[in-house]
Amino acid sequence: MTLPFLKRLRPENYLSLVALVVLFILSSLASPYFLQVQNLLNILKQVSYSGIIGLGMAFVIIGGGIDLSVGSMTAFIGAIAILVVNALGGGPWAITAAWLVALALGVGAGLFNGAVVTKGRVAPFIVTLGTMAIFRSLTLYIGNAGQFVSQSDLYGNMGMSSLLGVPTAVLVFFGLAFLLSGLLNRTRYGRYACAVGSNEKVARYSAINVDRIRLLTYVITGAMVAVTGVLLSSRLNSVNSSNGAVNFEMDAIAAVVIGGTPMTGGRGTIWGVVIGAIILGMINNMLNMLSVSAYLQGTVKGLVIIAAVFIQRGSSKAARS
Amino acid sequence: MSDALVRTVGISKEFASVRVLDNISVEIRRGEILGIIGENGAGKSTFIKILSGIYAPSAGHVEFDGKRVDLRGPRDAKRIGVSLIPQEFNLVETLNVYENIFLGDELRLPSGFLDRKAMIRRTIELMAELVAQVTPEAHIRSLSVAQKQMVEIAKAIKSESQLLIMDEPTTMLTSHEIEILFRIMRDLREKGVTIVYISHKLKEIKAICDRVMVLRDGEYICLEEASSLPIEEMARRMVGRELNQIFPPKSVPRQDVALRVQGLCVEGLIHGIDFEIRCGEILGFSGLIGAGRTETAEAVMGIRKRQAGKFSVGGKEVAMRNAGEAVKAGIAYLSEDRQGSGILTSFEVYKNVTLVSLSDYAGPLLRRRKEMEKTDYYVGQFEIKAPSLEARLENLSGGNQQKVSLAKSIDTEPIVLIVDEPTRGVDVRAKRDIYAFIRSLADKGLAIMFISSELEEVIGMCDRVIVMKEGRIQGELSGERINEEEIMFYATGIKGGL
Repeated sequence: MTLPFLKRLRPENYLSLVALVVLFILSSLASPYFLQVQNLLNILKQVSYSGIIGLGMAFVIIGGGIDLSVGSMTAFIGAIAILVVNALGGGPWAITAAWLVALALGVGAGLFNGAVVTKGRVAPFIVTLGTMAIFRSLTLYIGNAGQFVSQSDLYGNMGMSSLLGVPTAVLVFFGLAFLLSGLLNRTRYGRYACAVGSNEKVARYSAINVDRIRLLTYVITGAMVAVTGVLLSSRLNSVNSSNGAVNFEMDAIAAVVIGGTPMTGGRGTIWGVVIGAIILGMINNMLNMLSVSAYLQGTVKGLVIIAAVFIQRGSSKAARS
Repeated sequence: MSDALVRTVGISKEFASVRVLDNISVEIRRGEILGIIGENGAGKSTFIKILSGIYAPSAGHVEFDGKRVDLRGPRDAKRIGVSLIPQEFNLVETLNVYENIFLGDELRLPSGFLDRKAMIRRTIELMAELVAQVTPEAHIRSLSVAQKQMVEIAKAIKSESQLLIMDEPTTMLTSHEIEILFRIMRDLREKGVTIVYISHKLKEIKAICDRVMVLRDGEYICLEEASSLPIEEMARRMVGRELNQIFPPKSVPRQDVALRVQGLCVEGLIHGIDFEIRCGEILGFSGLIGAGRTETAEAVMGIRKRQAGKFSVGGKEVAMRNAGEAVKAGIAYLSEDRQGSGILTSFEVYKNVTLVSLSDYAGPLLRRRKEMEKTDYYVGQFEIKAPSLEARLENLSGGNQQKVSLAKSIDTEPIVLIVDEPTRGVDVRAKRDIYAFIRSLADKGLAIMFISSELEEVIGMCDRVIVMKEGRIQGELSGERINEEEIMFYATGIKGGL
């Protein structure tokens, strides 16, 4: 039974898993505190927010694009969600409404990004660089560069909630990973997304609606951003307009790449994103435990991303020759 | 000094312990044209890649001018005067013609800046020598396939090379262009240049080569004077057994029309084309490169923008606004540009086979098992040689890639199959297989639109032939009139036209 599964494993798929295991062992040797359940859950919780966005980002990257706007979009959607909760009195209905508004905004923003990329033929990097600036600026403008604070305890409770000790955000992260992994590997849409990213012309000649497939990758990402926006703003029960969800685009892209999805698109893995996100979280955790300055964590993260891509390049080259 | 320019001494090459070239010791004479023939996987490409320094041999060595040389890369080879014209284009699409020709070898002014004028002048000279209509400032991406080939040749002959290696340079060329190429090759030989020439087209080998080397499964079979080796004998030695009739027998098409095209126009390329294909018929499309055959196919498929055109498939009018509608109506297209628009080389075999027909395997989750079974069926039927159904296509030979591409096209169960250069870059055995499949599809009632620049296969395969010239139908041939002479008369405009 396990044999066909093993045969399907390619270096780019298991390298990240190996890295995770090695890192796990190293961390547990470095500090006895690491293996405590609370610490492990903390790591998972910390990585879930940008990780959820990474799940959508994987589709964008597989389809041959990039989305830089996700960080400021998260702040924007989180802020609007809080405004909706406050405006409607903070009860369960207000929270439901906030969810719906957030999802609508996320999908709408994704449609905008995707439409300009596909119909407008503008490079994804530029389009989303633009929307990145737009969403941050709108958030700052609406919030007067200050803090959006929710007046609903219920909303804050939702963000802090957990099931059998596992934080909600972690459950949502894994649940969505399961769903999107199915979407990527078990549906026509997923296959087409890979085809479009692998060779657009072949996809077009194969009667695939290239623009629609690509547009949807941005919509999926927008929806994931909405989920993260609500979860994140409810966890803190507030959103800071200037530094809320800042650098999330970096974390999401890093999780995708470390997980083994090549930036050139054409293929990828959703569970790799989960692994990539956890690797990033574990590295941060270890640096904290070794009391390395928080300011240096970005340096380490940057090096890890570069190293991950470098190793993948080497392994795919070896596999080809 | 001997008359041998190159001597290979027992060279072998292994990839992951698979021996692809086995102990080859041959002499290449100064100033000869040496043909190398063999099926795909016979080791031809590996052999020339060793000569041109791209691969290092696993055993043995190469002597050049009587001295042992250990080439550590194409630059080393270039330094001793070896140039290679590769099978796949090696041009930078975004640069223009002269920039490509002098890439890495730019002419410079004493000041160190690029001497553009000199490079352009030299390019014009080279193109004049090649009788090619290519302007030095044209961008590569705006060129036709044949023009790109000319640029590759110009690039190789620009520097004074002693040994010029050509890997299937004629696959993209029309017979007229091939003649020009042969004239250039003879000129070069006069000047003392030695040429190694690989081709699947035995007629060309016979016409141009002084001697012929046959390889089979990485082994040396023979090296003989071309004049003493009839074509049939060449084929026999390549395959190692009697190669019977390469084209399957023709049969009688049915009466019902499968595809009717009326008044097809594409701006600047196609000027009003009408034709119909009956069920079970193989309709050939012949003509020079640039006659508009591929464009016609693409316009029918809805991939290329049209100005006008009416289509009916199986008697029903279809709009064919996009490829999706064409596929739904029952039309399948095997593209001429296998790697560019036919297959996904980074995709597995089974994922390529089911790419167009994927909705048949979705319910809504993909049924992997069903995909595998269907792929397995094609692998058996077409004798596709692949390490596994999950091997990526980049690991398959050209002939096997083409079979996968064909499987992909017909997995939608089309009524009309358009094949565009179906045997380009494919060896004799795979060719025969492909001809047989296409004929068997026609016998099952499919209408086949058969686009090809190889006259031999148009003549051998087609029940009827439309000859195109400059975006118009110049003439239509059937029966005995399907022969080389007639086709060329129409293709060049000596006969036909309005």
